[in-house]
Amino acid sequence: MSEVVDAVQETPRVRTLVLEAEGWEGHRPGQHVDVRLTAEDGYQAERSYSIASAPGQRLALTIERLEEGEVSSYLVDEARDGDRFELRGPIGGYFVWDGGVGPLLLVGGGSGVVPLMSMVRHRAATGDETPVRLLYSSRSYEDVIYRAELDELAAHGDGFEVFHTLTRSQPEGWTGYARRIDEDMLREVAWPAGDEPRVFVCGATRFVDAAADGLLALGYAPTWIKTERFGATG
Amino acid sequence: MVVSRGFRGRRSDGPDDRVPPGQYLTDDFPVLSAGPTPHTPLEEWTFEIRGGAEPVSWTWDEFRKLPGETVTKDIHCVTKWSKLDTTWEGVSVDTLLGAVDHDAAFVLAFCDGGYTTNLPLEDVTDGKAWVVYGYEGEPLDPEHGGPARLLVPHLYFWKSAKWVRGLALRDEDEPGFWESNGYHLRGDPWLEQRYWGD
Amino acid sequence: MTIEERKLDGNAIGGVLFEIFGTEVTAATGVCGSCGAEGYVATLDVYADAPGIVARCRSCEAVMIRIVRADDRTWLDLSGTRTLQIG
Repeated sequence: MSEVVDAVQETPRVRTLVLEAEGWEGHRPGQHVDVRLTAEDGYQAERSYSIASAPGQRLALTIERLEEGEVSSYLVDEARDGDRFELRGPIGGYFVWDGGVGPLLLVGGGSGVVPLMSMVRHRAATGDETPVRLLYSSRSYEDVIYRAELDELAAHGDGFEVFHTLTRSQPEGWTGYARRIDEDMLREVAWPAGDEPRVFVCGATRFVDAAADGLLALGYAPTWIKTERFGATG
Repeated sequence: MVVSRGFRGRRSDGPDDRVPPGQYLTDDFPVLSAGPTPHTPLEEWTFEIRGGAEPVSWTWDEFRKLPGETVTKDIHCVTKWSKLDTTWEGVSVDTLLGAVDHDAAFVLAFCDGGYTTNLPLEDVTDGKAWVVYGYEGEPLDPEHGGPARLLVPHLYFWKSAKWVRGLALRDEDEPGFWESNGYHLRGDPWLEQRYWGD
Repeated sequence: MTIEERKLDGNAIGGVLFEIFGTEVTAATGVCGSCGAEGYVATLDVYADAPGIVARCRSCEAVMIRIVRADDRTWLDLSGTRTLQIG
């Protein structure tokens, strides 16, 4: 069982809920939880959400409101401090990064950045010096989740770099990428295959599959790449 | 069980005589699948009936020339959503079985992609079942089972097999894809026959 | 959203698998009973909004795992998986 103790609106469609969960024993960066909502008449709906916080920070989930999403629209538009729902987790032993292993390439599409952010925050919180590059695809500047925090972390110059691509619209004077991720972009951003990097890719199925294929084409070994597909249901 | 304040979900209740127990109404048409969408070209598509005195099959062109009907039915998915007044165009299973000599008591519908579902003969005859190729006046979308799917609206919708390619006539009830792994052999929503033993 | 877009992977059923096996299974490796391909459970093609959960081999699409959950019972079919290495 968990209770909402704080909420942060990240972008127009995305909100972070900070939770206090009974019996929570901590998590590993990249893991997720299963949230179950129950209506007064017993109707239930269940969805998975990635943990945005690093181990040791207050447990936080970042949720994107999907158009037809009955759970995501509740969590983003309705849930407030004191509201409760069932939580199962943390879940996952494959899509996790505990630090140290790298260089690391993180590729996120939309809310696929959430589990990657847990990894980024973990790196910052522990002073880990693994070189990390985040390639993050969003629809527009306003849709970039954690924008200020990512800018700030990248400004430390301690081996963490962020590359943004905005696929639908770009602000005036934008100098970043302005298209969907493709092999050319990956070639420019990704670590050389000779570095034997590790990769985590997360986002919608089509995004993840395309990015993984693109990296294989650059000579990356399949065993270096871990993927997590997010679904369409919310 | 923890009730979440303010959560309703996207559903509504409906008239008791049309919405079976445990179901909720939806206006959407949720897409459920056990696997990737098959894409059999129509030139290769056939519908067969096996297990009768002689095998019978129709090509797509032949199938479309069979007498068709338009029916409006309520449909009920075991995942708890129901949709009222859905309109379909297709061929009655009575018409198809009329082309075959048989004394089978059961059928097993088989489909592109490997899905199967079993039904007693009396649940697919006497105007209770169709093989449909049209939905709401349009050709049936591949995502919803096109070019053709089975339609057995009085049973839970997992029996309305998508991408159906034929019926195998059987003397015994042989559990299909879901029926062999927990789902009820018959699946009557008004008796809430969702799972084994229900 | 199309069926293709709604296709997930084994990560999405990590919670369900934990309930069944009592341990983390997404990092387990499975051998496809149909084609012999070996891979993480996390990378299976998962169709999770069917009346049940279907996990298919990424190489040949054969069904490796089927799960149906009722309120009080769960059915698990692993017959499409030759072997599962857990832990």
